[in-house]
Amino acid sequence: MSWLLPLPVAIPLLASALVVACDHFAPKWVKDLIVIGAASAATVFAALALVQAERGDIVHWFGGWHSDHGVALGVSFVGEPFGAGMAVLALGVTTLALLYSWTYLRAAAQTYDALLLVLGGGMAGFALTGDVFNMFVWFELIGVAAYALSGFKVEEIGPLQGAVNFAISNTIAGYLLLIGIALLYGRTGTLNLVQLGKSLAGHPTDRLTVVAFTLLVAGLLAKAAIAPFHLWHADAHAVAPAPVCAVFSGVMIQLGLLFVARVYWTVFTPQLQMHAAAVRGLLLALGVVTMLVGALMCFLQRHLKRMLVFSTIAEAGIMLAGIALLDPRSLAGTADLVLSHGLLKAGLFLVCGLVIVQLREVDELRLHGAGRRLPFSAVFWLAGTIGMIGVPYVGVFLGHSLIEDGAVSQHVEWLQPLMMIAAGVTAGTLLRAWARIFLGWGPRDDQLLTHEPEEDPAEQRSFVPLMRATAAVALALGLVVSVVPGLERRTEEAAKRFVDRKALEAQVLHGAEPAAPPRLAHDIPPPSGASVAYGMGAAVLALAVAAFGLWRGRLPFSLRRPAWRALGPPIGVIRAAHSGIVGDYVLWIVAGTALMGAVWAFTLT
Amino acid sequence: MHYLPYGVAAWIFCVGIYGAIVSRNLIHLAMCLAVTQSSTYILLLTIGYRKHGTAPVFKGFENRTRGVDPVVQALTLTDIVVSVTVIALILALALDAHRAAGTVDPDELVGLHG
Repeated sequence: MSWLLPLPVAIPLLASALVVACDHFAPKWVKDLIVIGAASAATVFAALALVQAERGDIVHWFGGWHSDHGVALGVSFVGEPFGAGMAVLALGVTTLALLYSWTYLRAAAQTYDALLLVLGGGMAGFALTGDVFNMFVWFELIGVAAYALSGFKVEEIGPLQGAVNFAISNTIAGYLLLIGIALLYGRTGTLNLVQLGKSLAGHPTDRLTVVAFTLLVAGLLAKAAIAPFHLWHADAHAVAPAPVCAVFSGVMIQLGLLFVARVYWTVFTPQLQMHAAAVRGLLLALGVVTMLVGALMCFLQRHLKRMLVFSTIAEAGIMLAGIALLDPRSLAGTADLVLSHGLLKAGLFLVCGLVIVQLREVDELRLHGAGRRLPFSAVFWLAGTIGMIGVPYVGVFLGHSLIEDGAVSQHVEWLQPLMMIAAGVTAGTLLRAWARIFLGWGPRDDQLLTHEPEEDPAEQRSFVPLMRATAAVALALGLVVSVVPGLERRTEEAAKRFVDRKALEAQVLHGAEPAAPPRLAHDIPPPSGASVAYGMGAAVLALAVAAFGLWRGRLPFSLRRPAWRALGPPIGVIRAAHSGIVGDYVLWIVAGTALMGAVWAFTLT
Repeated sequence: MHYLPYGVAAWIFCVGIYGAIVSRNLIHLAMCLAVTQSSTYILLLTIGYRKHGTAPVFKGFENRTRGVDPVVQALTLTDIVVSVTVIALILALALDAHRAAGTVDPDELVGLHG
């Protein structure tokens, strides 16, 4: 069944070429049919690969260049549950985005659909590849399609700035990756992930490995929106068309995290497991900084898309923390969080697009009370917000609770309240926006929120029921992730296999048959008491933050002035870091990489 | 002399990145990225170099055993293709910026911040 693996990648790429080739003579409905048919077919094949992968990893060698006597010769795709699941999520969200765009953005050229297909196929390739240089090629392919998509409305300054910042920052992240790959190749003479791990196992840890590890992780974290590499994401996602944002925020960011986990467990564990505490410490610190900065910046936004992007950045910090704990249970939690968050965030962006179409505005303050005549959008936005809080058995709860369990077993209990704060503040901000737009609560003006230039929505005539339906599907799927029977046990089993480098090596390099998977019950294990308590705490915090955001002015002046004196300067500094100037972002990337390298140079050797 | 090419690669990388940080012109910025990228070519080719190695073509040659590593050459070619795409896109954006905003200074293109 290994022939299944290339299909989710090949179908969208070929279809996008076909659509562009017949642009001039085929009628529009034929092209739409090709595009949506290809995206759904690719999703179905990816889902079949996932079902297959759950029973045992599948390995596909391109051109029949199998591994020989334990030496990888060709380029491989490896279908393990997390990679295949990521491909399903990526293609599924892309399909929803294409359906949504069927009528949305009709003024745009046909290349829009083709670019979105390339993006979907590239993301699937990135998720499935088992070769580190191949990964770099997908990284750049995703990047190129994404730059073009984020700068789609190039007649305005905002999208231009977003696309330029995205293109330059991402390209430099790509160079860091490439240098890391080149150094690893120089040391081991191979590019296959599993073979790399095997070769490195024979060497002691040295500076070269540490430098290569730092460069690879830094390049991937830049894709994954982790501070201080996250700055360009806010500019790029805020200006892209809403369905494109759904793909960026829902899946693209998380791909970087998937590969951070894969690079650590498949390639570097033999060398670095003795220094696991140092790896854990630094990645955990980055995750915590990201979640807190993301939450704070989210609260300060009034541009709805930018608010959602910062909420994604905060969640990306939680996901990185889940990986950084280096614990199979929290890794499983991260996978569940990626799934539920991806669907919910995609749904929220699609609702945002509905608001833009119907009200021609994306600014929270200017939309004050205007949403009263949009009952569907109001219900959808509220549902997405509730899913993002992590209240027990809803939305992101399963992911958060498993990560918290992992934190307890690794003795980092302080992570739990920080996660609660990040989730509570971001969800509270979304709730504030909901109350202000759809209920008309709170004042019409707020000096604290970042001023945004007026944007002229380019979207015209749209078929709103279809857009509503796609948003509803994404949100409904995201909300029920925590109560899917058997999902928790299956992701945990997948996580155990993900961290088992030896078994993967036997399968990829020696062609061994995968071990028979254990029979897993279809049930929902009860969550731990602490995670239920923190979930409820996040809900209370979200209500408090929303109320604070709306009615801050009613607090007594004697309380507000000292609070602002204490908090104003640090908030101003963090805000100033998001300067929107690409040179600053490059400097942050270089400085962040240097800092990571310095810390690890002392702690890993 | 053995380490010289690595030093050259590191130097070119730093020069390119410095240019990208201080650049006030998108076309200049695209060139800085091209310079940065060329450091990766040098690094890759150096890694594959063998002393007295010849071109890695063995078919039709009797005694040729010591060739340089062909894999890194393939990687470099792929790398060049990727970089051409990216640079072309950034130059296209520079053109659009000039058309829409009348400037190619990235610092003046700031609509969103904070």
